[in-house]
Amino acid sequence: MNGTIPAPTIEYGMLAPMLVVFGAAIVGVLVEAFAPRYLRSAIHLPITLLSLLISFVLIVWQWVEGVPTKAAAMGAIAVDGPAMFIWGTILVLAFVSVLLIKDEGHFVGAAAAVPGSAEEEQALYEGAAHTEVYPLVLFAVGGMMLFPAANDLLIAFVGLEVMSLPLYLLCGLARRRRLLSQEAAMKYFLLGAFSSAFFLYGTAMIYGYANSLDLAEIGASLGVVGGQDMLLYIGGAMIGVGLLFKIGAAPFQAWKPDVYQGAPTPITALMASGTLIAAFGALLRVFWVALGGLDWNWRPVFYGVAILTMLGGAIFAITQTDIKRMLAYSSIAHGGFLLIGVIATGSAPAQNTSALSGILFYLVAYGFTTVGAFAVVTMVRDAGGEAWHLSRWAGLGKRSPLLAGVFAFFLLAFAGIPLTSGFFGKYAVFQAAVTGGALPLVIVGAVASAVAAFFYVRVIVLMFFSDPAADGPSVVLPSRGTAAVVGLAALATVVLGVFPQPVLDLAHSAAQSLFVR
Amino acid sequence: MTTHYLVLSALLFAIGGVGVLVRRNAIVVFMCVELMLNACNLAFVTFARQNGSLDGQVIAFFVMIVAAAEVVIGLAIIVTIFRTRRSASVDDASLLKH
Repeated sequence: MNGTIPAPTIEYGMLAPMLVVFGAAIVGVLVEAFAPRYLRSAIHLPITLLSLLISFVLIVWQWVEGVPTKAAAMGAIAVDGPAMFIWGTILVLAFVSVLLIKDEGHFVGAAAAVPGSAEEEQALYEGAAHTEVYPLVLFAVGGMMLFPAANDLLIAFVGLEVMSLPLYLLCGLARRRRLLSQEAAMKYFLLGAFSSAFFLYGTAMIYGYANSLDLAEIGASLGVVGGQDMLLYIGGAMIGVGLLFKIGAAPFQAWKPDVYQGAPTPITALMASGTLIAAFGALLRVFWVALGGLDWNWRPVFYGVAILTMLGGAIFAITQTDIKRMLAYSSIAHGGFLLIGVIATGSAPAQNTSALSGILFYLVAYGFTTVGAFAVVTMVRDAGGEAWHLSRWAGLGKRSPLLAGVFAFFLLAFAGIPLTSGFFGKYAVFQAAVTGGALPLVIVGAVASAVAAFFYVRVIVLMFFSDPAADGPSVVLPSRGTAAVVGLAALATVVLGVFPQPVLDLAHSAAQSLFVR
Repeated sequence: MTTHYLVLSALLFAIGGVGVLVRRNAIVVFMCVELMLNACNLAFVTFARQNGSLDGQVIAFFVMIVAAAEVVIGLAIIVTIFRTRRSASVDDASLLKH
C-alpha cells in the first residue's frame, strides 16, 4: 500500500448501450420529480422508446465495427459476441413490451391506496397513473443487460438485483385483481431475495477458494488451489441455485406460475422474455467461463434438473385452467429445453459454438412468441378485466377468428410445429445435444414436447371447436401499440420459422467467439 | 484463526435460511433474508483477511448497498399488502394457486 490508487480504465464506448439505458432511467426519475403530473407520461414514453432504440443502434454499430474480444471496465463486464446478441434481443423485446405497457388500464392509479377504498376511487376518478413504471422498466432492462455480460461474480450479483428489484415492484402494480398482484409481488420478492442470498453466499465461497471474483481467474484457479475443494463445490452449487431460480428450473420453479399470473400482463411479457434470456446468458457465462473445468461435477446435476424441469413444466401445464398460469408452466418447460443446450457442450470449441448458437436462436424465437402470446391475453377481456380462465376462451375462434388464429399460431410455435420459429429453435438445441452425446436427454425432451403439444392443442380445440359462452369475454379493439406488438410477434414467428437462416447465421457468428475469458 | 468466523457465518446463514422456511410473518422472513446477506458479508470479510486481499472488504460495501435497496423495495411491498389484508402472514396470502 503506497497510498496511490491507479485510476481504472473504463471503455465507455463499449459500455455505451448499457449506459444509455441506465442514463435514460435516471432521467426518467428526474422527470418524475420535476415534471408536472399531466405531462409525465408524454415525456416518459419517447425517452423510454428512444433510449432503447439508440442503445440497439449502438450495438449494431459496434457489431459492424467488429465485436470486441476483451472484457471492458478492468475485466468486470464482458462485451463479446454472445453478450451483444443477448443485448440486442433483450432491447428489441423490451421495446415491444413497452408498447404494451403504454396502454391504458394495465397499471393501478395509486398503488398505496387500499383496494376498494374511497382513496382508490378518488385516484381513479382523478385519472392518477403511476408513470414511474417507465423508469422502473428501464432499470430492469439495464439490469437484464448487465447480468449476462457480467464477467465478475460481484457485478453479476449487482446486475441480478438491478434486474429483479424493479420487477418486484412492477409485479404489484396491476390495476385489476390487485390482491393477486400484491400477493405475486410479495412471493416474488421473498423468494427472489432468498435465492439471491444463496447466489451471494456461493460467491463468497468461490472468493474464498480462488481469491478473486473474476470469472476467468476463477476458471484458471480450478485444480491449482489445493485443499479447499469443499469451498468450491459449495460455492458452485449455491451459485447454481441462484441462477436456476431466475430461470425457473425445476426444484425452484414454484414462483413462476404465481408471479406470471398476478403481475400485470405487459410486465409478465417483459419478465417471461427478458428475464429468461438474461438469466440464461448469465448461467452460461458463469458455468462455462468460471466453472467450465468443473463440468464433470455440474453436468450430471443439470442433467437431472433439465429432465425434471421439462417433464414437470409440461405435465403441470396440462392441469391448468388459467391461461396465464398455463403459459407460465410452458415457460418452465421451455427453460428445461434450453437447459439441454447448456448440457450439450463438449470439450471441442465447435460443439460449444453450435450449442451456444442453438440456445441464442431459441431465446430469440421463444422471446418473440411469448411477448405475442401475452399481448393477445391483454386483449381478451370481460367485465372484471382480462379473462384468464380457460373456459372463458371457449369459442373465441368463432367470435374473433383473426385473434384466435394468431394465438393458435403462437401456441403451435411453442409446441415446435414445423414452419414456426419454435421448430427451428428446438431443432438447433436438440441437434447440438445429439452431437454432444446427450441423446437420452433429447428423447426426454421429445416426450416432454409431445406432452406439451397436447395442452397447446387443447386450447386451440377449445377456441375453435367449442360453442362460445353466452356471456363470453369480448375482444377489445387493440390500440395501435398492442396491434403492432401482436403483428410483429406473429411476423417474427413466421419469418424465423420459414426463413431462419439469417438469424441462425447471426447467432452462429455471435457464438463463434464464445465467451471472452 | 479465521475458521471460527467462517463457522459463525455458516451458522448465521443457516439460521436465516431456516427462518425463511419456517416463519410466517413476512417481515420476519425478510429479516431472515437480511441475516443471510450479513452472513455473506462476514464470509467475505473473513476470506479477505485469510487471503490477504482487500477485495472482500470492498465487496461487503457493495452488498450493504444492495441490501439497503432491497429493504426499501421489500418494505414497500410488505406494507402495501399489510394495509390491504391487515395481516403480514405469508400463509394468508394464498389466492394464487393451482
